[in-house]
Amino acid sequence: MLKLGIPSKGRLQQLTVDWFAERGITVARTGSDREYAGQVTGADNVELVMLSAGEIPKELTAGRIHLGVTGNDLIQEKIADWQQVVLDVEPMGFGHADLILAVPDGWIDVTTVDDLDAVAAQFRAHHGFRLRIATKYHNLVRGYLSAQGVADYQLVDSQGATEGTVKNLTAEVVADITSSGATLEANHLRVLADGPILKSQATVFASRTADWNDAARAGLASLSQKTGWDVGPWT
Amino acid sequence: MKNDRRGQIKQQADRLADAFIAAGALPVETDSLMPAEILLDLYGEDIRARAFITHDAEMGEQMLRPDFTVPIVQRHMAEGAEPARYTYNGPVWRKQPRGSNAPSEYIQVGYELFDRANPAEADAEVFALFSKILRPHGLRVATGDIGILLAAISALKTTERRRAALRRHVWRPQRFVRLLERYGGQTPMPAGRKELLQQITKIGAESLLDQTPLHGLRARAEVLERIETLQQDATAAPISNEEVAMLETVLELKGTAGDVLAQLQTLAGDFPALADSTARMTARHDALETRGIDAGALPFEVSFGRTTLEYYDGFVFGFFAENRPDLPMIASGGRYDALTRVLGQGRDIAAVGGIIRPESLIAMQEGA
Repeated sequence: MLKLGIPSKGRLQQLTVDWFAERGITVARTGSDREYAGQVTGADNVELVMLSAGEIPKELTAGRIHLGVTGNDLIQEKIADWQQVVLDVEPMGFGHADLILAVPDGWIDVTTVDDLDAVAAQFRAHHGFRLRIATKYHNLVRGYLSAQGVADYQLVDSQGATEGTVKNLTAEVVADITSSGATLEANHLRVLADGPILKSQATVFASRTADWNDAARAGLASLSQKTGWDVGPWT
Repeated sequence: MKNDRRGQIKQQADRLADAFIAAGALPVETDSLMPAEILLDLYGEDIRARAFITHDAEMGEQMLRPDFTVPIVQRHMAEGAEPARYTYNGPVWRKQPRGSNAPSEYIQVGYELFDRANPAEADAEVFALFSKILRPHGLRVATGDIGILLAAISALKTTERRRAALRRHVWRPQRFVRLLERYGGQTPMPAGRKELLQQITKIGAESLLDQTPLHGLRARAEVLERIETLQQDATAAPISNEEVAMLETVLELKGTAGDVLAQLQTLAGDFPALADSTARMTARHDALETRGIDAGALPFEVSFGRTTLEYYDGFVFGFFAENRPDLPMIASGGRYDALTRVLGQGRDIAAVGGIIRPESLIAMQEGA
């Protein structure tokens, strides 16, 4: 059997169910709403596994599921060298969110990453410690800033209410996922003009480490008839 | 088998350490676990991707020693009298990319020399010692000198602020190029900055700041200070094409050390600020010659080690196994005065040193 992992709750789950339904595949929870198993009709040899979106990268890495639906922000954040571990099968067109860098509105001298880098040097000289950037996306933000050649900053962990860190004086800059920007505005923060660190959306990923046995391949072939995935290169 | 291999590596490491001790070095031990903060302040967040970090409720973030440089420098600052020679022999830990067969834990045997009296002599002593120890293994050698690049930056006729920005990013080639393009007038001023400066001309920085609330630790005075910097920078003349070309030439200089030196001496005719670094290179060559090394024939690249040997700011060297490109550098080292300056919080401590990886030496012999 091919194991397909989908988000277990919320809007992301509903949109995933709808996405498969549009392609003639019904994925549904079996039994009560609290049960984390499900049924697939419209494709053979496919077993449904309900997981929190944050767990899906881990399960794909371990090869416990063959396919999984999650945001590419989580995949790229949680899996080092992710291209070697998973394959990006198809972006699904929903769950759009950008990982952005935002600075206080009052930093009128900062519009780009170049400015941020210059201010990091200035800040360190004035305050004696490295400019703090609050985020939960440590790997993505560090990778981006490293590629951009930014120095003299530090990442501080923020697992929630990241936008409040500047006002609370626990960070100078934030790096967070935003879909509308309303929360940023309310907190007097402004997104840098260089464009997002990452544009994310819900995506079907395939595990390269899972056991692609005959039954799993049969499940994939059955799904692909409906979705039109080109599975030739990876099975 | 694995234990046999460990034993073999240990034997090789001890032999190397003995050679360093015979050269006058004091063997020292350091902790494996060190406060992460020191290394993060020194190398930046990037080190998190390369070193193992662990956490303790009391001690906070701790890092498994990714090299010996920092603990040795600290120890020397605390108790050392100059000149001092140290050697160490122990494991370091580095994260490796997925699928890499490079070990995450390996032995480094090193030699560090602290001596400010004569930099050329110190450079030559360390390089000659490594050459002698490694001679039986027939390695390819590479050398360079980031100091020449730093001197070329100092030669630029522009604002000190621009020179400082270029120096700060000498180890980050991409940002360096972007800065140079901006300062050379090859890329236009970013739209946001142009707009800002126009608005400031119109209504003044103070009243513009009054229009937006400012939150956080960075003070209004800091924003105003930087605006002043931006205004000064906007009126500064671009770095001339001739000087940008000089810097690009210096960045790409490579060949035998003798040829590079000759080219630098020619350049120094037009750019006198290069004269000091060519004089230092000449002095180093003399010191190497007296130690029996044909300095002029050494392969030399000004930019060697600019990205891989972080924080070296003078003479650098590396030894490679020619027939084993899969192996990391067998040995590497150089001068790191800038790093000791940061660690010493202003105290200048001239330092040059290097490490050998015994496990790579053994892997090389196995593969031969």
